[in-house]
Amino acid sequence: MKPLVARLLGPATLALLAATLWMGLVVTPPDVTQGDLARLVYVHPALAWVALYLSFGTATIASALYLWRRTRSVVADRVAHSAMEVSLVFIALTLVTGSIWGRPTWGVWWAWDARLTSTAILGVLCVGYLALRRANDDPGLRARRGAVYVILSAINVPIIHFSVLWWKTLHQGATVFTAERSLKIHGSMAWTLLLSFVAFSMLYAWLVRARYRLEVSRERASDESMARALELRRREGAS
Amino acid sequence: MIRTARLVAAKDLRIEARSRVLLWQVMPFGVMALLLCGLALGPDRAGRSPSAPGLFYLVVLLVALLMINRSQGIEASPGTRSSVATLGLDPAGVFLGKALALLVELGATSIVLLGGAVLFLHTSLQGTLTALPSVIVTLAALAAAGSLYGALTAGGAGAATLLPVLALPALAPLLIAGERSFYAALHGGGLWHWWVIIVVALVSYVAIGILLYGVLEDS
Repeated sequence: MKPLVARLLGPATLALLAATLWMGLVVTPPDVTQGDLARLVYVHPALAWVALYLSFGTATIASALYLWRRTRSVVADRVAHSAMEVSLVFIALTLVTGSIWGRPTWGVWWAWDARLTSTAILGVLCVGYLALRRANDDPGLRARRGAVYVILSAINVPIIHFSVLWWKTLHQGATVFTAERSLKIHGSMAWTLLLSFVAFSMLYAWLVRARYRLEVSRERASDESMARALELRRREGAS
Repeated sequence: MIRTARLVAAKDLRIEARSRVLLWQVMPFGVMALLLCGLALGPDRAGRSPSAPGLFYLVVLLVALLMINRSQGIEASPGTRSSVATLGLDPAGVFLGKALALLVELGATSIVLLGGAVLFLHTSLQGTLTALPSVIVTLAALAAAGSLYGALTAGGAGAATLLPVLALPALAPLLIAGERSFYAALHGGGLWHWWVIIVVALVSYVAIGILLYGVLEDS
């Protein structure tokens, strides 16, 4: 039987996403300068938060737990794998929503901006992780190499971030976590932004859980298939 | 650890010196790639192009990928891994030794490529010499990172094609920092940002290599 939190996660996520949509499209006013285009602020920053911080944070902690002998378990490996796979989806969505905003604002779908470039590089890092896992058949080897790669990638996140930031940037500054510690967004817009962060974080948790369960089922099916093949071979040998 | 590092580095360099792959295959490839960069820019833009430092580092990255694959290929020869395991060599020493050998090989190739940049891309000799310290530290970071990523892909399916997918995104900051510091040496400009990136990357890769290379070797 599933625990109550797990049973409520899906419906609660859908309800919060619907509420974000309603608040973002109906309740909040259009921006003075950007008009309706500014409504992307209720999607894009939340996607980026999940893609760059929540996902990489989860995968890094799970990988560190896997590499430490005392806490090594297949659960940590599965969590890291699920987090990285879901991260790739969120990175792709972050880039797509950023491009949709960039075309009318900057005049191009892609600009050599610090955050765009670093997000794209992080996307390739995620692809690399998935490719690395596919290249190794042995589960232990796959898990160890994957964990080291995630740790290496996590170290790279700030290096990539600062390298491209100092290199060139067009992206607007922080709206919430500003250097002056003062919000640049107020009223219903601020509440909708906050709601979007909660909704997308819950969506992330839901997807990671679903991916984790899929991985468990896949491993079970693989084990059963192997057992059936061995049994068949044994019978052939006996007859 | 230092003794093991020296032994492994000497072993890799001796194999390289005997096979002459670096001299007859890797260096000509690097020079050809540099010439192709000039051709891609066109005859009017190839000389004194502001892109010269970037092109130099792009070629260095391509050459580094070849060398990393080769460095791990040496370990893949029959019996080598089991010998290393039987001897009980310190994995941190093995990592440092492989990174050191890679640094020497990259250094030798880079001297040729810097000469090529002066000759073909018309970078100023004085500016190129000023950029040498940053080039050496960037190569050290590349060698440390390369040894780690090489070990990650070693023995896996399609290791040669997997390596660029894993290593290039991670090496992108080094490309940017190296190019900017080289550019600053040629044309002036702020340097300390880029030194921070290069040194932080070098320290991070060396630290991770010392701590985690054993995990990959256990494989």
